[in-house]
Amino acid sequence: MHEASPLGMELGVYSFGDTQRNADGTLRATAEAIANLHEAIVLADAVGLDYFGVGEHHTVDMPASSPGAMVAAAAGATQQIRLGSSVTVLSTDDPVRVFQQFATADAISGGRVEITAGRGSSVESYPLFGYELSDHDQLYAEKLDLLMTLNSGERTSWCGSVRSGIDDLVVVPRPVQGSLPIWLGTGGSAPSTVRAGRLGLPVSYGIIGGIPARFGRLADLYRATAQRSGHHGPNIKVSAGTFGLIAPTKKDAVDRFYPGWRNLQLLMTQRRHWPEPERARYEEQTHAPFAYYVGDPDDVAERIIDLYRHLGHMRHFFQMDLGGLPHEHFLEAITLLGTEVKPRVQRLIDRL
Amino acid sequence: MAELRRLELVSSTHEKQESVVQTIAVLGVGRVGSAVARTALAAGYDTRVAGSGAAEDIELLAEIVIPGARAMTATDAVSDADLVVVAVPLSKYRSVDASMLAGKTVVDAMNYWPPVDGQIADFEEDIASTSEVVSRYFSGSRVVKTLNHIGYHELEDDGAPSGTAGRRALAIASDDEAAAAAVQDVLDRFGFDTVYAGPLATGRAFEPGTAIFNGAFSQNDLLRELELNLHPTH
Ligand SMILES: NC(=O)c1ccc[n+]([C@@H]2O[C@H](COP(=O)([O-])OP(=O)(O)OC[C@H]3O[C@@H](n4cnc5c(N)ncnc54)[C@H](OP(=O)(O)O)[C@@H]3O)[C@@H](O)[C@H]2O)c1
Repeated sequence: MHEASPLGMELGVYSFGDTQRNADGTLRATAEAIANLHEAIVLADAVGLDYFGVGEHHTVDMPASSPGAMVAAAAGATQQIRLGSSVTVLSTDDPVRVFQQFATADAISGGRVEITAGRGSSVESYPLFGYELSDHDQLYAEKLDLLMTLNSGERTSWCGSVRSGIDDLVVVPRPVQGSLPIWLGTGGSAPSTVRAGRLGLPVSYGIIGGIPARFGRLADLYRATAQRSGHHGPNIKVSAGTFGLIAPTKKDAVDRFYPGWRNLQLLMTQRRHWPEPERARYEEQTHAPFAYYVGDPDDVAERIIDLYRHLGHMRHFFQMDLGGLPHEHFLEAITLLGTEVKPRVQRLIDRL
Repeated sequence: MAELRRLELVSSTHEKQESVVQTIAVLGVGRVGSAVARTALAAGYDTRVAGSGAAEDIELLAEIVIPGARAMTATDAVSDADLVVVAVPLSKYRSVDASMLAGKTVVDAMNYWPPVDGQIADFEEDIASTSEVVSRYFSGSRVVKTLNHIGYHELEDDGAPSGTAGRRALAIASDDEAAAAAVQDVLDRFGFDTVYAGPLATGRAFEPGTAIFNGAFSQNDLLRELELNLHPTH
């Protein structure tokens, strides 16, 4: 079941932007967060990472609201790294605009751009763009259909109920790659997994807690569904995004990630009634078999490979910069991921 | 502690034989429905699952993600089930046919969480617990609120054999004590202690935003939390 590509495991990073904090805990400028994110993407490219995903959030602490603009800027400033959204909240965006923006970035990058469409974990975009959360299912299904139609050829005809129909109109530029890789991003529900398999889209799992190995049965379901629906080949693949931070020692990594994780939990406690953060619960999550890939290069490499045994994923990427993680720790973790974790993962994969 | 009881007390007062559940139907095969169905299978129940559509739509899903469960239409799944667990998004509860659930014991595992799900008009009126609204809709059924305040992944991780020290407890609310007692037995086989909070209205004590919803408690601690929440003046 594991479709190890000859290239092995792709490694990368994803981020929603992370607004830095002053010593007194107040937030610094959101523009600074965007500049930091750009710098991080350029570094990820330089240290040989394979992928950088920009998520879509609309909050003061996570201000990367426009993945298309971020990816376009990065496209012009990087050489080899693949760039994408993680995820584009497609339900509240116009698929034509999304396609055009990413296809434009694809042209600038020479064919390195992807889109991951999903519901996302952000609900702020609904009131912002004038949509009702309760319409989500239909918005998502129809807009995904339109996005796939746009991707399949230069002229588009489409009709649906969530926006006006399109009668044989041209949508340009066309991707350098012929078509843009479009992934379906999900937090791991079986019905979404089935949807990805039936559509023949690659699936990207956001694994933010619990036991990641449990996603193995979803990946099995994904592959079986794709096969039954007649989809084969390189587009049937799985990627995983998780929390993670790499530091020279496990202890440093755990200590560095905690304050930002705690800040995020506190915000979510206010916004969405999440439970109060507890250090003990946090620490538990930073060890196998749990979901935070926070550790030294050996620890993180081994746990990526352990998940690979269950998931057979071809790409693993980390959300590192949370809740005001000091920018230098973010950059160091990116460097370690490229220079220390990547060769270890490759060695371990070669042994499988 | 007038209203709060360990369910053992309830079940000892009624005919146990009548309440023995053998077949469980789970409506919804998302995160929660899949986890509930797997837990039911592991506990030895004959388990049926249904989504919103045809049985074929979820056959492969059931085979791989819920091995052992029988994929059916909702109507077929509930027809001879002793217990029905409704685990669909709350925004879709009215898409479940109420008439097919008449006379059944129905577990409402659904939550209302406007910051994530958006506002639903039915639940914006002045009510104590969302399960009261759900119960009004499933008017012919004996509605029991529980399983809503445990994370879907915890359901399979936190269960423990009866008698285990510190075993996690789940709260149960229902206007029908016999139905609550039947569900208590099922949850015991799922791996959990229980506390009967009282009528459905008391379900507010373990809905999103409450300490019980956010935490994990043993039976004694859960009893105390419920007491604090429902009778703060005591
Ligand atoms: N997150 C948690 O840990 C947690 C814990 C306890 C309770 N809850 C609550 O449990 C409920 C379900 O959440 P979830 O995360 O499992 O949702 P989900 O992953 O979105 O899954 C919903 C499922 O319901 C099905 N469905 C919709 N309408 C149906 C109908 N009329 N008959 C049968 N099936 C139907 C859907 O099937 P189709 O694809 O065919 O539409 C889908 O399989 C929510 O109210 C949630 O608040 C959540």
